[in-house]
Amino acid sequence: MSVSGAEYTRRIKQQITEVDPSAVHELVNNGVAIVDVRESEEYSVGHLPGAKHVPRGYLESRIEGAVPDRSQRVILYCASGNRSALAAHTLEQDLGYENVESMTGGITLWKDRGYEVEVPRRFTPEQRERYSRHFLLPEVGIEGQQKLLDAKVLLLGAGGLGSPTALYLAAAGVGTLGIVDDDVVDVSNLQRQVIHTTDRVGVPKVDSAEEQIKALNPDVDVRKYQTRLDASNIMEIIRDYDIVVDGVDNFPTRYLLNDASVRLQIPVVSAAILGFEGQLSVFHPYEGPCYRCLFPQPPPAELAPSCGANGVLGVLPGTMGLLQATEVVKLIIGAGEPLVGRLLMYDALAATTTELKVRRDPECPICSRDPGEIADEEMGVFPDYEAFCAAAG
Amino acid sequence: MAKIKIPPVLRASTGGEREVSADGDNVGAVLNALAAAHPETKTQLFSDDGGLNRYVNVYLNDEDVRVLDGLETPVGGADTLVILPAMAGGGR
Repeated sequence: MSVSGAEYTRRIKQQITEVDPSAVHELVNNGVAIVDVRESEEYSVGHLPGAKHVPRGYLESRIEGAVPDRSQRVILYCASGNRSALAAHTLEQDLGYENVESMTGGITLWKDRGYEVEVPRRFTPEQRERYSRHFLLPEVGIEGQQKLLDAKVLLLGAGGLGSPTALYLAAAGVGTLGIVDDDVVDVSNLQRQVIHTTDRVGVPKVDSAEEQIKALNPDVDVRKYQTRLDASNIMEIIRDYDIVVDGVDNFPTRYLLNDASVRLQIPVVSAAILGFEGQLSVFHPYEGPCYRCLFPQPPPAELAPSCGANGVLGVLPGTMGLLQATEVVKLIIGAGEPLVGRLLMYDALAATTTELKVRRDPECPICSRDPGEIADEEMGVFPDYEAFCAAAG
Repeated sequence: MAKIKIPPVLRASTGGEREVSADGDNVGAVLNALAAAHPETKTQLFSDDGGLNRYVNVYLNDEDVRVLDGLETPVGGADTLVILPAMAGGGR
């Protein structure tokens, strides 16, 4: 015997647990998963603070991404409490969620009670298309995309590592990309520096990179620094950024960057490559080790072949640069386990990766102290610095 | 026999070998066996006082031997030593 839709909903409500907005208000940001089951257009004009978005039409396919733990307490809501009641029934009866409630009266009653509503950034229709694959990932979603668009990332070098990193961060919608590079595009760069093109040989790399980034994603604001980082400019340049991506080709600049980033407490996503092998780690000041904890001293020039021209497989900086870009995105959206306190080694010929632990050095000359105690004249200095640089030419 | 992973910068000293095996019951003994077999690695690994050079990190499996017992750290036959010198190449 068929029943009316209203009668059906009424019966469903008798089989589920409902919760009043006043109780939900106490639970916001309190470890309870609050899930908005309305359509995207409804969610985008305002939702409960911290609510995850799983439209009812996608409930079965996406709820596990938003709430992987079936024993976690879940509160669903919609506009008035009907759709969320039906969704709660599905989660409980069909998907095995153990602790599901539906908020009475939906967001309408929530607003009537005067509780806070979070209004997400308004994406243009073009942006909704462009970032649609991010929106589909619960780990990114609207909130994560907002963070990406608000993020400022500085790339040291638009070379082998910087090229792929810049392209993918631009594509991901990182809102501000700074690029430091004093070089011009050379035809020998094009084997690996994929942001540049044959017709831009001779053009400054910062200009060439900007052109490519703008063509890929006009949302990105490119800030160009056609200079070399040194002790006189590093603090000014990196100060404004949330994350620095290090792919520089020499030790003095790596130490200088480390010391400046520790002082300013800016995380550095660092990679290095040689031949067929790469290293990758994230140095997050005071949360994990710094570069000096890992390498207190650079090797002598004969063991530091970055000082001269060396071979590198063209694909390798692509691989390592994209691992860097991945770590950058993770840091921005706050997802996953960042590569802090760990060093990843990649051997392209063997097709193997090795992970090593990196510990904070309690006696590190830089990060064992407060940022305010690190003086200008200490920055970038290491034992035998002058001999090192003389030997390196 | 422990395995030792040789980094690119040291391979010229090991005849191009990427991985070598060496005998020894602790880290110092294994590295000395490596240095005996490939003498050019000696000055790259060890300083004049016989300790590890500060710019070379050595890991027993995934742990820095400096947080273990340094050169005295016991090594078993199934263990791998990883030699890690700092690299700074950026593909410029």
